[in-house]
Amino acid sequence: MVELIDLVLLGMLAITALRVIFLKDLFAVVMLFGLYSFLSALIFVNLDAVDVAFTEAAVGAGISTVLMLGTLALTGRKEKANNHTALLPLLVVIITGAALIYGTLDMPPFGHPDNPAHQHVAPRYIEESPKEIGLPNMVTSVLASYRAFDTLGETAVVFAAAIGVLSLLGMPKPGGVAIDSGLKSHLVLRVVAKLVIPMTILFALYVQFHGDYGPGGGFQAGVIAAAAVILYALVFGLPLATHVVRPNFLKVLAALGVLIYAGTGVTSFFLGGNFLDYNVLASDPVVGQHIGIIVIEFGIGITVFAAMLGIFYGFAAQAERTNIQ
Amino acid sequence: MSFIVDYYNYWIVVFLMMAGFYIVISANNLVKKIVGLNIFQTSVFMMYISIGKVQGGSAPIVADGITSYSNPLPHVLILTAIVVGVATTAVGLALVVRIKRAYGTVEENEFEDKDALI
Amino acid sequence: MFEQHFPVLPIVLPLIAAPLCMLLGRSQLAWLLATIVSGISFCIAVSLLMVTLDQGVLSYALGGWEPPWGIEMRLDVANALILSVVTGISTLVLVYAKDSIATEIPQSQHTLFYTAHLLCLTGLSGILTTGDAFNLFVFLEISSLATYTLVSLASDRRALTAAFRYLVMGTIGATFILIGVGMMYMKTGTLNMLDLAARIGEFEYNRTLNTGLAFILVGVSIKLALFPLHMWLPPAYTHAPSAVSAFLASTATKVAVYVMIRFIFTIYGAEYVFYSMGMDVILLVLAIVAIFNCSFVATVQSNVKTMLAYSSVAQIGYMILGISLVTTAGLMAGLLHIFNHALMKGALFMAVGAVFMRTGSADIKAFRGLGKTMPWTMAAFTIAGLSIIGVPLTAGFVSKWYLVTAALEQQHWMIAFLVLIGSLLAIVYIGRILEAAYFKDPVQSASDKTIKEAPLMMLVPMWILAVANIYFGIDTSLSVTAADAAANWLFEPSAQAVFQSASQSASELGAAR
Repeated sequence: MVELIDLVLLGMLAITALRVIFLKDLFAVVMLFGLYSFLSALIFVNLDAVDVAFTEAAVGAGISTVLMLGTLALTGRKEKANNHTALLPLLVVIITGAALIYGTLDMPPFGHPDNPAHQHVAPRYIEESPKEIGLPNMVTSVLASYRAFDTLGETAVVFAAAIGVLSLLGMPKPGGVAIDSGLKSHLVLRVVAKLVIPMTILFALYVQFHGDYGPGGGFQAGVIAAAAVILYALVFGLPLATHVVRPNFLKVLAALGVLIYAGTGVTSFFLGGNFLDYNVLASDPVVGQHIGIIVIEFGIGITVFAAMLGIFYGFAAQAERTNIQ
Repeated sequence: MSFIVDYYNYWIVVFLMMAGFYIVISANNLVKKIVGLNIFQTSVFMMYISIGKVQGGSAPIVADGITSYSNPLPHVLILTAIVVGVATTAVGLALVVRIKRAYGTVEENEFEDKDALI
Repeated sequence: MFEQHFPVLPIVLPLIAAPLCMLLGRSQLAWLLATIVSGISFCIAVSLLMVTLDQGVLSYALGGWEPPWGIEMRLDVANALILSVVTGISTLVLVYAKDSIATEIPQSQHTLFYTAHLLCLTGLSGILTTGDAFNLFVFLEISSLATYTLVSLASDRRALTAAFRYLVMGTIGATFILIGVGMMYMKTGTLNMLDLAARIGEFEYNRTLNTGLAFILVGVSIKLALFPLHMWLPPAYTHAPSAVSAFLASTATKVAVYVMIRFIFTIYGAEYVFYSMGMDVILLVLAIVAIFNCSFVATVQSNVKTMLAYSSVAQIGYMILGISLVTTAGLMAGLLHIFNHALMKGALFMAVGAVFMRTGSADIKAFRGLGKTMPWTMAAFTIAGLSIIGVPLTAGFVSKWYLVTAALEQQHWMIAFLVLIGSLLAIVYIGRILEAAYFKDPVQSASDKTIKEAPLMMLVPMWILAVANIYFGIDTSLSVTAADAAANWLFEPSAQAVFQSASQSASELGAAR
């Protein structure tokens, strides 16, 4: 059954990808990419990766697609026809693909429990982490404790992206001149948005603090909270949104999140452990792990929220600027 | 037959990767290049998640009555990789916006021509 | 009390300083913080180098989780040496940057420059220190994202397209590495480098592992700009702010060379890569073509920054050539050249940045008559240029000497001869600039404004590197000893086997628990 669903979804993905190659309408291309992202999220669910599916849906189909649409609004939706020869790229792709297919020939069979990947490092995560970390969600345990340094790096990547977009696009000035976004005049939209936005923020908080038990965590929560404000900005206009969440406040938040995460690691130094060793944070190691994970997830959450919203502000500020011109 | 059952997943994923890769290196429009990059990366994520699947296993969250779990490690790696991907996309798109403002176009051959004039 | 945490500090300190820079807001304070933190990292890196020369290897388990379950930082002579170079150059570049970016980057962006620089340093230190294949990918992306930002900070619009091209190529490279790491993981079930090495050692020949290695090598080759995957590099180095060019040219590609060395020698083992897969021939051919093609292209450039960028690609060819000789001597020459080339290219790009600041151009015409108007800058340029050529008593001579010796040791007369011919091409491109600077009169229009010598804050780091070029050309004890120890350490399977068996028994112990 799993294989059948897998096959159908993969087939749909292949059709979507092929369609993207030949379409010249970039708006359709971006929409198809959103679809691609959703389909792959379904594959992830089908293959038991619920946390990954959650993130892919929030990021790929959510944030990435919004940013792409924002870019299209500034750059135009038609791809121009060009007389470039597509022969060389095709050749490169065929060679690369052939190399990959060659590589699959000695791969361990798909889904087999005796595969090396399931035999060596992972068993400890599955068997010991509920005892060592005390959390039912193994993905959270590995992400936030065993491989916490990767996750610190990931937070730094998000911060670096925010720095990049900030330097390239700048920030809107808070409380600028309101421009009718067009959506504002729709009464239904405004009423629904007023209902949905608080619930989205509530959901973000749930995801933030429930990530230890079910799918979710700081990253997904940050994205969802940012999405709530983005929705607000889309319906009520950027000036109002920047009035509610000020761009300068976001800069502070983004920096603060990284500092909270790295600071947790440094705290471990002073309590006699290695960097990011949560065992020393409390007298009982399991309690220490729990404290550590909650704190760093909080750090991730606010950096991701601030960075994603800041990136959106950057793009929106550019859009306003072109509108004024 | 078992050969196909064992590997069909990886083969289709390779096809998807290459579709994305082709879009990146052949597209002339910068936004489309970024879309291609995302498709390429998302497909690589699928390869990782396929590695983590255990037949008859369930999602790696402890629950009563479940004995076999899928491998959580690839999931963690891909969570990180997805975030890295969106970060790159954001910076790439910001560059596209600035290129549009500086050159008036986001078609690669057109701004190359404009640079050649200098 | 922090000594046991030294392996992780060169990563953590800049990582903490980066958000602090952003919070400080004032560019003067941000500069001060960045420089101090980078300086401290340099001191730590040097002390780590001393410790590793003495004791061999340092391992640090992050989060207290023993490898392979947790992430391990692992320092030996090879990465401690390059870490010292990277943090040292970073500190000098930051000192240099204060005046340099004042004319090249708008005032409001200065804090962002320092933040991005620190993030880039975090990434590079992380790549160098980590003992985990996936963690390496994460740090690679931190440094890459920061680099794209740094390149695009320049006011020239071509910097934007250069940064975009760099972003696309860099991301393709990183994704290739991700594919390769995935293939290694599915065959071994681990991500820790030593554990990977032990498990890959059990395979004689495996198609999945071969493909994984091929993808990693291609991905890393994009990052280190190995011919013919170097096309992103010249525009990026040409249009980036001068301080950024100086930093990237002397660190980023070197770190990528290190990654290649790490994957070839530590993880797969020279035997697997060179004897089973025959990679040495491919690398050798590409290296020689890179040296000749790019040196030749460099001789016809009119923009000096572009010329130096092509020269960098050629010099990377020498490093890869050293690796592809498959001997300890060759590897040692390659490592030595990483060290020496950082000194040369750092000084050269700093000098060009100073010229750009005073004349507003990096074109070769702008260099006319500078021997009189900017004597100190041009003197530093000359010393570093002679070092690139490989004149005796400079650092460049030392690494070329060891490279030629390593080639002759293997009876590769042809290769030794080609290395010497490559140096002749360097004489041509460096000579053109020196000729313009010392033997040509300044262009008439430029003489309207008087050209002053560069400010002291730019001259000092430039001269530190220039003097280092001479110092390490005469007293080779430190650089050669470290490179030799590193090469021996990487090459001797027996030296690593001891640690491998130790880690194996540790993992068996863990499995038994």
